[in-house]
Amino acid sequence: MPSDQPLHRALGLTDEELEAIRTTLGREPNPNELAMYGVMWSEHCSYKSSKIYLRTLPTEGRHVLVGPGQDAGAIDIGDGLAVVFKMESHSHPSAIEPYQGAATGVGGIVRDIVAMGARPIALLDPLMFGPLTEERNRWLFEGVVAGIGGYGNCIGVPTVGGEVHFAEPHSTNPVINVMCVGVASADDLVTAAREVHEGSLMVLIGAATGRDGIGGVSVLASRTIEEDAAETRPSVQIGDPFAEKLLIEACLELVRRDLLEGLQDLGGAGLTCAASESTARSRMGSEIDLDVVPLRAPDLEIWEILTSESQERMLAIVSPDRLADVREVCTKWGLASSVIGKLVAGGGLAVRKGGEVVAQVPARSLADEGPIYERPARQPRGLDELEQDDPTFSTVKASPLDSFLTVLASPNVASKRWVWEQYDFLVQGGTVAGPGADAAIVRIEGALKALALSTDGKGRFGHLNPYLGAAHAVAEAARNVAVMGATPLAITNCMNFGNPERPEVMWQFAESVRGMADACSALETPVTGGNVSFYNESGDSSIWPTPVIGMLGLIEDHRLLVRPGFTGPGLVVYLLGETFPELGGSEFAEVVLGKVAGRAPALDFDSERALHRVLIEGSRKDLLASAHDCSEGGLAVALAESAITGNVGFAVALPGDVPWYVTLFAESASRAVVSTTLEAAAALEALAEEHHVPVFPLGETGGPRMVFDSLFEVTVEEARAVYEGTIPKLLAGEGRSAPGS
Amino acid sequence: MSRRPRIGVVTFPGSLDDRDARRAVAAMGGEGVPLWHSHSDLQGVDAVILPGGFSYGDYLRTGAIARFAPIMEEVRTFADAGGPVVGICNGFQILCEAQLLPGALIRNRQLRFVCRFVDVRVETSLSPLTEGLVPGEVLTVPVKHGEGQFVAGAEELDRIEGEGLVVFRYCAPDGSFDDEHNVNGSLDSIAGVRNEVGNVVGLMPHPEHAVDPDVGPTGGQPMLASLLSYALARV
Amino acid sequence: MRFRCRVEVELKPGLLDPQGKAVEGSLPAMGWTNVSNVRIGKAIWMDVEASDEQTAIARVQEIAERLLSNPVIERFVVRSVEEIPRLTFEDHA
Repeated sequence: MPSDQPLHRALGLTDEELEAIRTTLGREPNPNELAMYGVMWSEHCSYKSSKIYLRTLPTEGRHVLVGPGQDAGAIDIGDGLAVVFKMESHSHPSAIEPYQGAATGVGGIVRDIVAMGARPIALLDPLMFGPLTEERNRWLFEGVVAGIGGYGNCIGVPTVGGEVHFAEPHSTNPVINVMCVGVASADDLVTAAREVHEGSLMVLIGAATGRDGIGGVSVLASRTIEEDAAETRPSVQIGDPFAEKLLIEACLELVRRDLLEGLQDLGGAGLTCAASESTARSRMGSEIDLDVVPLRAPDLEIWEILTSESQERMLAIVSPDRLADVREVCTKWGLASSVIGKLVAGGGLAVRKGGEVVAQVPARSLADEGPIYERPARQPRGLDELEQDDPTFSTVKASPLDSFLTVLASPNVASKRWVWEQYDFLVQGGTVAGPGADAAIVRIEGALKALALSTDGKGRFGHLNPYLGAAHAVAEAARNVAVMGATPLAITNCMNFGNPERPEVMWQFAESVRGMADACSALETPVTGGNVSFYNESGDSSIWPTPVIGMLGLIEDHRLLVRPGFTGPGLVVYLLGETFPELGGSEFAEVVLGKVAGRAPALDFDSERALHRVLIEGSRKDLLASAHDCSEGGLAVALAESAITGNVGFAVALPGDVPWYVTLFAESASRAVVSTTLEAAAALEALAEEHHVPVFPLGETGGPRMVFDSLFEVTVEEARAVYEGTIPKLLAGEGRSAPGS
Repeated sequence: MSRRPRIGVVTFPGSLDDRDARRAVAAMGGEGVPLWHSHSDLQGVDAVILPGGFSYGDYLRTGAIARFAPIMEEVRTFADAGGPVVGICNGFQILCEAQLLPGALIRNRQLRFVCRFVDVRVETSLSPLTEGLVPGEVLTVPVKHGEGQFVAGAEELDRIEGEGLVVFRYCAPDGSFDDEHNVNGSLDSIAGVRNEVGNVVGLMPHPEHAVDPDVGPTGGQPMLASLLSYALARV
Repeated sequence: MRFRCRVEVELKPGLLDPQGKAVEGSLPAMGWTNVSNVRIGKAIWMDVEASDEQTAIARVQEIAERLLSNPVIERFVVRSVEEIPRLTFEDHA
């Protein structure tokens, strides 16, 4: 950091923000206080640029127990159970040190779930990288996947899903999101509504505090990555999953024994964030003593202790008469516990060291009263031209077979087995459907009920039209859940964007929020929380606006779930939903025509909902042998995946009145490929008609080949080799550039 | 009707599949008894399972620290007296470290963690997990480990093979062996071994994750059924 | 007195070392040829309070035998022992 700039600016605070701090305190802040405001008022912690937009999202619904603003949202799934879920980003740390960045991202989101009193039962990882033909992207990709596995596998939480996308803008800015889902007895939830008392103790549990991630929040997350990124390496946090596992078990035992008034994770902004939020939430003040905080190095500065992001720590609020019990539980799990402070009357947060007060600020001014900006927003130049450059009626020179194989071999479409086989997706024994399905299905222990979980981001569509990109992400996430027979209930999200100080990015953000709000309202899936990750850009390269949606669905009886693979020969194959001539933003347009341009597909919420009803009712009435969402790669890929997964071929006839590439590769929304027995076919058709969902019989399953009308045919084995071989080959350095690029 | 066998499942710090093992034992008709690493008490169980996980983070070597836990003295005594002991995944690694089983487990050949359903062939019926099973039988069970490559010195391996201590091998669905199906590069495709007496067995695959047909393949059912009857027969 | 000790643990010769093999395999592509027998082990540091250096070494030998190495696959050597004047912390690079 240049030494000639004023301290507040070095800490990421503007002159106006410094003035606001002076007004709040009625005096000049000292350096410790400035550091605390610096981390808490950073974009990452304060949501200062996004707050005015996030307020417009629909957050209420009959299932919502806890909405946005706490560690994680919570949904009532009946029988006295609550599902707690949240998504976060760890993109910036992962761009610098992929293994530890991704690993500590997992650790952080898991603690958010534990802080609500819930046992984490599933993890999902939406990831975006630059093309694997670049060595550095392979290094990032391999490191991130190893880090997710290294941490997640070691804490006993199954990684059951997620997605991986590849696009050039992620070469400099990989996007690493992670979602965690937990289950708690609704009575055990540790929410802000819990009663806390004056004199209650603040107990720091877990790891000692070291120099990890000092300034991580403001330096790593709130400033755009520059060329000398390696210089910031020392501030990367190192994860200790073994300590996390002990922390999870200890915290859940504390919750089960009802020993806590409050519980909070130490994540971004470390102790400052946990202490100020706990204090502000209690509507009291607090006094904390840094001399009691266990340190890993003796010479930590005050501001380092206050902002360190050392991992695997939690802050519990404990009534003095429960302290002995709390300590006993911590000792049982081999964890340190230190009483670092207590709640007092008033609203101040007083920090002592060596007997002296080293910082004293109103807790709410840190936690709740950060700056709020309405930044200028403006549509990017050239967007209209980009939309007009629509590929739908381009001349296509490639043959149908070559096009099909090229799309199937695209890393966005190809199997991600190489990734998910490195994740333990079985531990805890509840994974009914794991990675590779449209949604993961995780059974609730001892019940027939199961959760359906999906994450979806639509970067290409968002690039062309951020409103539609966000709306499609919600629709696709809901469809992925519905296609397996589950009812979509609610979402969390992670909003991945460039620099909000640029009006074009702010416009993309505003449009995305509008799209998400409309889709969530229409599909009745309220937003229970989420995360905003800005500054995903470096130099003149910014990522596409990519809100990632984490969908929670519920299936009442997991034995009724419908899987994507064809279950055998002799089934009737249908396309549900209508295909339109819209190739804008499609996989086909990118990898065959070499174009990311045009109009993103339209989205009609009524059609989408109608499709969900047919899928869910079809599952309940046992009319569906298989069902698979039609998305990237269109109908051709949906059919191929159903055949490869089920290991059985098919023969289909295609409608002749539109060009073959539209029929095969358009990514029109609100569609699914389903199969059914001859006996159930009439009932399925009737069900679709009842809900006004177009239903097209395509053909039937059977044989070793996939026969696409008279256009081409290919064996399932050959298609599988392409589908499964792409990513391993790219990682072995056998990269080839896509046609047209 | 005989009583339900009581199967102790040890929880070490960092054990992960302990609850799953107890659940699987219960699903097969036994009683899963939780045992705590720092207690020197097996609570009179009929058999002991050392479950999967990352005991003590597996930071030094897999299983290296857990073998010194107080309960391991009891497990050793129990095993010496002929009591059935099963080590699954990390439990297998612990038993090798404790030298209750021959060989050692090192990083997978591909240097990556692998979670996958695999086929294993039963090689002997002389173990608590295979009593009543026929050698040659193929069972589908999952593996999930980063350090499951079975190794031993040349002499040791000769002894293991010569004395018929191999209990399971990774195989193709038809029971044949080849490199492709050797999921982690283990010597001789070894997935599980027993001790000389035949009462201690360790394996990398997870039978406890293959008992429930709603969740996946059920190759773990015959293994755990064998354990339950073996445990009762001893009483 | 306090001694800073270092133990090196490595796989026994002849045992396959997949990590070492992977590193060795990557070298030619990066331009380094004529390099062979790459083996990966680990080094473990510890501070030992003892009356003299010999006692410190004996203690470390015992720890290495019992815990730090697995005699089935590994061998070890206590590589260096030096007296240190003051407490060190893990953050000390």
